[in-house]
Amino acid sequence: MGRFGFCLEVSGPLACFTRPEMKVERVSYDVITPSAARAIYSALLWKPAIRWRIDQIDVLAPIRWINIRRNEVGAVGGETPINAVDNRVQRASLMLRDVRYRLHAHFDFIPPAERPKVYAEAPDWLRPDDPVFTSEAGPDEKPAKYAAMFERRARKGQCFIRPYLGCRECAADFRLVDHPDTEPIQPIPEDRDLGFMLYDLDFSNPQDPQPMFYHAKMTQGVITVPAPDSEEVKR
Amino acid sequence: MSDPIKNRYDFVLLFDVLDGNPNGDPDAGNLPRIDPETGHGLVTDVCLKRKIRNRIQLAQANKPGYDIFIQEKAILNNVMVATGTEHPDPADPSQILPELGTPDSAKGDAKAKGVQDRTTRMCETFFDIRAFGAVLTTKPKAKNKLDYTGGQVRGPIQFTFARSVDPIVTLEHAITRMAVATEEEAEKQSGDNRTMGRKNTVPYGLYAAHGFIVPSFAARTGFSEEDLNVFWNAVKMMFVDDPSAARGTMTVRRLIVFKHDSALGNAQAAELFERVTVKRKDETKPAREYADYEVTVDDKDLPAGITLVPESELGK
Repeated sequence: MGRFGFCLEVSGPLACFTRPEMKVERVSYDVITPSAARAIYSALLWKPAIRWRIDQIDVLAPIRWINIRRNEVGAVGGETPINAVDNRVQRASLMLRDVRYRLHAHFDFIPPAERPKVYAEAPDWLRPDDPVFTSEAGPDEKPAKYAAMFERRARKGQCFIRPYLGCRECAADFRLVDHPDTEPIQPIPEDRDLGFMLYDLDFSNPQDPQPMFYHAKMTQGVITVPAPDSEEVKR
Repeated sequence: MSDPIKNRYDFVLLFDVLDGNPNGDPDAGNLPRIDPETGHGLVTDVCLKRKIRNRIQLAQANKPGYDIFIQEKAILNNVMVATGTEHPDPADPSQILPELGTPDSAKGDAKAKGVQDRTTRMCETFFDIRAFGAVLTTKPKAKNKLDYTGGQVRGPIQFTFARSVDPIVTLEHAITRMAVATEEEAEKQSGDNRTMGRKNTVPYGLYAAHGFIVPSFAARTGFSEEDLNVFWNAVKMMFVDDPSAARGTMTVRRLIVFKHDSALGNAQAAELFERVTVKRKDETKPAREYADYEVTVDDKDLPAGITLVPESELGK
């Protein structure tokens, strides 16, 4: 089975990859997390049959910040309407500005028996390029098909949901990069130890997802992301 | 519930402010929000969504399915009291969701289904949950985590921050009032009873916001063509019911909507947004009205499957 690797360039005027230890008054990590990068790939294409893995993150724009304080609602949603004035909290977000990354990723193909259960299957009209696949394996299901679907969507600017950079108000533009090595924009010439960063959530128990962390180091603008089962990923 | 929308939309919203504060910054003593590096004015996504919610609450009062989940107090009282019995009482959950089960009592898949049914009912009742989504928690998280995961709704409509076309200047005005609130204040002033206040305005600013509508979430929340029309109407009218001493004059100037033929979309959103150019006619003079700007939308050779929806057709 071949490995299908892709490279997406994503950018946006704002981004907030919230540090889990500072999420009341949000403070972003310096760079995108593998988890947020995976969500961008999944926003274009995801199936229970595939699992996106981020391999490398290239940081193409200098790391810059902006502080924004907003009135937010402090109450938890129940069954009745929430009064926004009585439940007002003001929260600051230290966000990133004018970000640009190249995200290198591939997907693993999951055998039918190991696939996660899908509660709400998307209707057929939402899967125009995918009439035969469901969460069950189709007779002619091959990883190459998913790779072709992803490539087609990424090239056309199609997305299942609008990808975003950490928070939904930070919408991301994306572009499929065919030859990352020959791109005119190169990663920023900067080394930085980013400390322990969120790697992703471990959904092996879907009712109680556990965070995973890794020690992120940026070398000349490039962050190599370890495999989830490697020793570098701490649970 | 009617059918969910089946097309993707990307839109540009242009609005302006004259002698007002479009969105105060709580971190900066309520000065208009500004990007400190570029001087451009900012209006947050949540500010825009607030106006849309308020507009819908007024315009669609009495209409079942158009309740607003995240309400603002003043409007809540007006509408809810005035509409009387045919409108559900927000303080009484049994009136709003009479068939709501208790997902807590069921087990496993049945529990998940209970959450799903409940989410569906909430979506049917509240316009803003259908459009923007909401986090809905039935029971304390620690006890019942599945309820928590089932109770998050993401809506099809996504707004970004609005940003002014040109850097803005903010003016600070000193104002006086001719009465004081308390006896102590009057004594301090030895009966003069005049205090000074401050007011900050933007003399003029034209702002642009980007928005996205993805039908994949509409399929989950049931956001329909009719809802979409209500939404466009609310966007166009978002400042009509929102005059205040602080806001000055705010007006929606253009709503430029690119419709994709398909659910997944037919073109890059960024390429469509680049077709909208906003330029000052005379760069040497500061802008003080909308007529100082020229807005052009390049609708020639649109990518296959993209239509520019005529503004007159939106929110009729």
